[in-house]
Amino acid sequence: MADAKRAAPASSGGRPLSPHLQVYRIQMTSVSSILTRITGSAMMVGVILGVWWLLAAATSDAHFARVDALATSWFGDLVFTGSLWAVWYHYLAGLRHLYYDAGHGLDIPTAEKLGWACIIGSVVLTVITILLVQ
Amino acid sequence: MRYLTPRKRAEGRGAAHHGAEHHWAMTVSSVGLAFLVPLWLYIFGSALGDTREAVLATFSRPLPAILTALVLVVGMRHFAMGATTMIEDYARGTNRKLLIIFVIALSWVIAATGLFALARMAL
Repeated sequence: MADAKRAAPASSGGRPLSPHLQVYRIQMTSVSSILTRITGSAMMVGVILGVWWLLAAATSDAHFARVDALATSWFGDLVFTGSLWAVWYHYLAGLRHLYYDAGHGLDIPTAEKLGWACIIGSVVLTVITILLVQ
Repeated sequence: MRYLTPRKRAEGRGAAHHGAEHHWAMTVSSVGLAFLVPLWLYIFGSALGDTREAVLATFSRPLPAILTALVLVVGMRHFAMGATTMIEDYARGTNRKLLIIFVIALSWVIAATGLFALARMAL
């Protein structure tokens, strides 16, 4: 908003203008919030594949062979790795939400640091998890 | 001078028109999942890629079976309620109702399927 005010042309009479798409700088706070929703929804792809895989294991050798081939293919790796990152991101963003709800971390510098912590932390936790379950 | 309290003026004005119980239920399920999910990721991730015999052996043990059941029930409930909030923000009217019904039905189907698979492996 401060940037938009400074960028206001003289023709506007110095009035603050609405954020314009070409000069609008997205914020860590909004991006990290939207990512929480996206990861919460997107991880369902991994959940569905995982539950299908469990059902196949419970059913028969033939069914398991088919679903396991998909779950351990490059496509399965992509889905499970993506979902794993989504779970860790959503996990950290959820902890941040609990921290916010308790009335902490709501000033902008802290909120932006927490956003970066969610993004970097989720990548680190994803790598650690993959190494642990190898 | 305003005769209404701030609370009275705020009540029912959000996208969902209600929400305290919903918010609390999300808080409770998120704390539960925070304890359940890390160990479950390790167990499920380790089982992925095993032979069918090894997978059956893993999920017939009490801890993996109970943990997976809890993650499914608590997690799918958490998903249904979170997705409902999202739909309430972006959709209106009949669309909103249909989408919310779809998401709740989907999460129950996933939970029931997973529980059936677990019961068949563990019992």
